[in-house]
Amino acid sequence: MPYDPRLVEPMRDEMRRMGAKELTTVEEVDAALGDPKGTTLVFVNSVCGCAAGNARPALKLALEHGVKPSEVVTVFAGQDLDATGRARQYFADYAPSSPSMALLRDGEVVHFVHRHQIEGRSPQAIAADLTAAFDKHCGAAV
Amino acid sequence: MAGHVFHPGHEELHGVTVVLDLADGRVVVGRYHDTEQGRMRLHDVATHDPAASGVPREEFLRRTLKFGLRTEQKFLAVPAAEVRELTPLGEVAL
Repeated sequence: MPYDPRLVEPMRDEMRRMGAKELTTVEEVDAALGDPKGTTLVFVNSVCGCAAGNARPALKLALEHGVKPSEVVTVFAGQDLDATGRARQYFADYAPSSPSMALLRDGEVVHFVHRHQIEGRSPQAIAADLTAAFDKHCGAAV
Repeated sequence: MAGHVFHPGHEELHGVTVVLDLADGRVVVGRYHDTEQGRMRLHDVATHDPAASGVPREEFLRRTLKFGLRTEQKFLAVPAAEVRELTPLGEVAL
């Protein structure tokens, strides 16, 4: 059962403030991921403070890097159920977990950050892994 | 802990995905909740039996590390006395 929307609004806002596009419906997910061109990072948000409390700041730090995905989108697990389920179909080889992150290039998963790679780690450490993946998969610095 | 959090104040392993190596050779992977009355309580759990499946522990964990944990049970309580070793999944070295 989803949490009270008022309780999770700060977590949604944290994503919006770093420039992530929020996808709350199946249609929005398909519009964002259905035309596989370029690089897109999908952040599966979560209310879980144990991991998401570090994952969001980590992504914010990583997005300050010179090389980054052309699009950053987010779905909210446990909140926007249909949208999250649809997004996961685009990286169906990977078991669902939240928070998690999928980096897609031309529709193919080139890097995946599972929940277990977030738990207990600092935002700086997670961000370092992300920026290494951005350098490898997202092309030249802007 | 950075960012907006929901449930701070639990024991250190709370919320961490752990690997339990049991005395009988089975491997349990799940998200640690707590230990109460001698039982480790886990959420979103998969249990692997190398002897029954023919898939070695290392191969099961290698797949889990790459593709994530395919959950079989929402909840499991494991007697702590049966746990030979506990390792956070993120710290598993193969």
